[in-house]
Amino acid sequence: MENERKLTIARAMAEATAQEMRDDPSVFVMGEDIAELGGVFGNTRGLLEEFGKERVRDTPISETGFIGAAVGAAQDGMKPVVELMFVDFFGVCFDAIYNLMAKNTYFSGGNVNVPMVLMTSTGGGYSDAGQHSQCLYGSFAHLPGMKVVSPSNAYDAKGLMTAAIRDPNPVIYMYHKGLQGMGWLGTEAGAITHVPEESYEVEIGKAAIAREGRDVTIVSIAQGVHHGLKAADALAQQGISAEVVDLRSLVPLDRETVRASVAKTGRLIVVDEDYHSYGVSGEIIATVTESNMADLKAPPRRIAYPDVPIPFARVMEQHCLPNADKIAAAARDLCGAPVPA
Amino acid sequence: MQPAKGTLAWMYEKMVTSRRFENAIEKIYMEGKSPVFNMADGPIPGEMHLSDGQEPVAVGVCAHLEAGDVVTATHRPHHQAIAKGVDLKKMAAEIFGKATGLSGGRGGHMHIFDAEVNFACSGIIAQGMGPAAGAALSRQIQGKPGVAVSFIGEGAANQGAFHEALNLAAVWKLPMVVVVEDNAWGISVSKEASTAIKRNSDRAAAYGIPGHYIPGNDPRKIYEVAGEAIARARRGEGPTLIEVETYRLAGHFMGDAEGYRPDGEKDGLFAKDPIPVMRARLLAGGSFTDAELDALETGAQAAVDEAIRFARGSADPKPEDALTAVFA
Repeated sequence: MENERKLTIARAMAEATAQEMRDDPSVFVMGEDIAELGGVFGNTRGLLEEFGKERVRDTPISETGFIGAAVGAAQDGMKPVVELMFVDFFGVCFDAIYNLMAKNTYFSGGNVNVPMVLMTSTGGGYSDAGQHSQCLYGSFAHLPGMKVVSPSNAYDAKGLMTAAIRDPNPVIYMYHKGLQGMGWLGTEAGAITHVPEESYEVEIGKAAIAREGRDVTIVSIAQGVHHGLKAADALAQQGISAEVVDLRSLVPLDRETVRASVAKTGRLIVVDEDYHSYGVSGEIIATVTESNMADLKAPPRRIAYPDVPIPFARVMEQHCLPNADKIAAAARDLCGAPVPA
Repeated sequence: MQPAKGTLAWMYEKMVTSRRFENAIEKIYMEGKSPVFNMADGPIPGEMHLSDGQEPVAVGVCAHLEAGDVVTATHRPHHQAIAKGVDLKKMAAEIFGKATGLSGGRGGHMHIFDAEVNFACSGIIAQGMGPAAGAALSRQIQGKPGVAVSFIGEGAANQGAFHEALNLAAVWKLPMVVVVEDNAWGISVSKEASTAIKRNSDRAAAYGIPGHYIPGNDPRKIYEVAGEAIARARRGEGPTLIEVETYRLAGHFMGDAEGYRPDGEKDGLFAKDPIPVMRARLLAGGSFTDAELDALETGAQAAVDEAIRFARGSADPKPEDALTAVFA
C-alpha cells in the first residue's frame, strides 16, 4: 500500500464527479463558489477548468432558487450535483429539499425521478459557532424521500459520490469539514486513504466494519468514526477489544451490520456529532433494542452533542463535542473495567 | 398576434372543460359532507381549491405550448393542467384518490404530476418557480428546445422563491415565462393589504426583464402577450414576467365562507364570468355560430362525464401501496 496513491476526501469527491461528467453529459455542477474557487472545502477543484462554465456554474447566494432549479433540471433529464456550502444554511431553502426534491417521486407515483446530488459540509470543532458548525444528520435522515450519505475516508468518498451521481434518487452527500484534508481546518490523517484511479461505486446503504473487535461495538459516521478508532486503540492497550462500525449511509440504514456486531459484542456505544435528542443515536439504539435486547450485556450509551447551540469559545465547544476519551471512558464503564483516575 | 379560429375554439373548449370539470368536482365534493361539513368525508376528501374564473389565463398561455414544454402549476391547478393537456381521466381519478390516478392516489388535487406532458405542481406558494427555472436551465444546457412556464398567484410574488428564481432566470437568460394569476386575494388577505406595489409585473424591472400587466381577464389579450413572451424565450432572449388580472369566483377552498369579501364584490365578479363573456364575443365576432359553440360545450361535458365516471368506477389503491414509490 505504501506506493499506492492517497487522496484527501475533497480530491476524491472532485475526481469522482469529473469522471462521471466525462461519461455522462447530463451531469453538471452548480452551487456557491464551486467554479473559480473550486468549492470552499475543495471538493469541486479542477472541474471548471476541464468542463467550463456551462457545466460548472457559480450560483447567486439564493438557495431556494438554485436548489429548486436543481429539482427542475433533474426532473427534466439532467443529473445536477449541487453544493450548498454549509448544512446550517438549509433552513432558508428547506421547502425545495423536503417538499420538492424528496417528495416529487412519490407524488408522481414513481413517474418523475429526481436524480440529483446535494452536497453540503457538516461539523464543527474549529470555533465557527452555532450557524456554521452543525451536523444535522438526523434532520435529513428523518424526512422521507432522500438518501443520506457521509464518508469517513477518501476511498468511500469517491465511491459514494460515484454511486450518488448514478442513483436515480436524490442523495444528500454530507461531508465533514474536519475530514476534507484542508490544512486550515486541521487534517485528520485517517481520512486520507488509498483511492484507485479507476471509477468504482461504494454501495449506498452498506455499512463497513472499520475495525473488528469482541467486547464493545462503537457505531458512528464521518468524523465520529475516527474518534471511535482512536478510542479503540486506547482500549486495546487496556485489554478491551472494540469493534467500530462506519455507517457510511444513514438512508438507507444498514441495520443488519449494526445488529450483527452487537450480537457479537453485547455492548453498544453510538457516537454522533449531531444533537443528542431525536437523532441518529436514538435510531441506532432503537434498531438494536427493538430486536436484540437479549444480546445486550449492558445498557447502550450515546456520545452525542448536547442539546445546546454550538458555542464559539474553544473550551466550551470542545467540552460538548464527542471525542476518543469520552468514548473510551464509556466503553470501560460498560465493560466493567476500572476507570483510570 | 391574434388567435386563429381553431385556436379560439380550442381555448373556449378548454375553458368550458375546466369549468364543467370543477362544477362536477364541486358537487361531488359535498357528498357525505353534510349536514356537518367534514373535510375528511365523502368521495373527494381533503382541501379543494377551485379555479372558476381563472380559466382564461391557462388557455391564453398554454395555447402556445406543446407537450415537450414544461409547466409548473399552483395549488389551484385544474385549469392549468387541463390547458396543458394533462390526462383528464387520470387527473380525475387522482382527485378521487384512486389507483388509476396520475400517482395512484399519493398526491391528490394539489400534487398533479403528468410526465407525459411535463406538468408538475406544488402545494406550496411560489415553489414551482425554482423547478421551472431548472427545467429551463436543462433545456439551455442540453440545447434542447422548449420553454418552462411557471404559474403562480399574486400572493406568491411576495415569496423569496419568486425573487430568487426570477433573478436566476434573468442572469442566465433562461427560456422561462412566469405568469402571475392576480385574483386579488391570497386566501382572505387582499393584494392591496399584502403587496407594496399595484402590479407585480413592475417587479420585472428589478431583474432587467420585460414585465407586462394584462387587465380584464381577456383570453385573447393573454394569448397575444404570452405568445410574444414564449417566442422570446424560445429565441434564447430570456425570461418574461406577466401578471394577469383574473377573478376567483369561488372561495379560496371549498367551505370558505368568504366573509372577508366586501359586500357585493362577488355579484360584480359573476357579471364578468369569462366563459359567457367569451361566448358572446365569439358570436359577436361572426366567426362562430351558436351551434358550433354548443357542440364544443357538449364535447367538453362529455369528456368531463367520462372522466368522472372513470374516477368513480376505479378501485381504491391497495393501502400498503402507500409504502411504495418513495424512491425510484
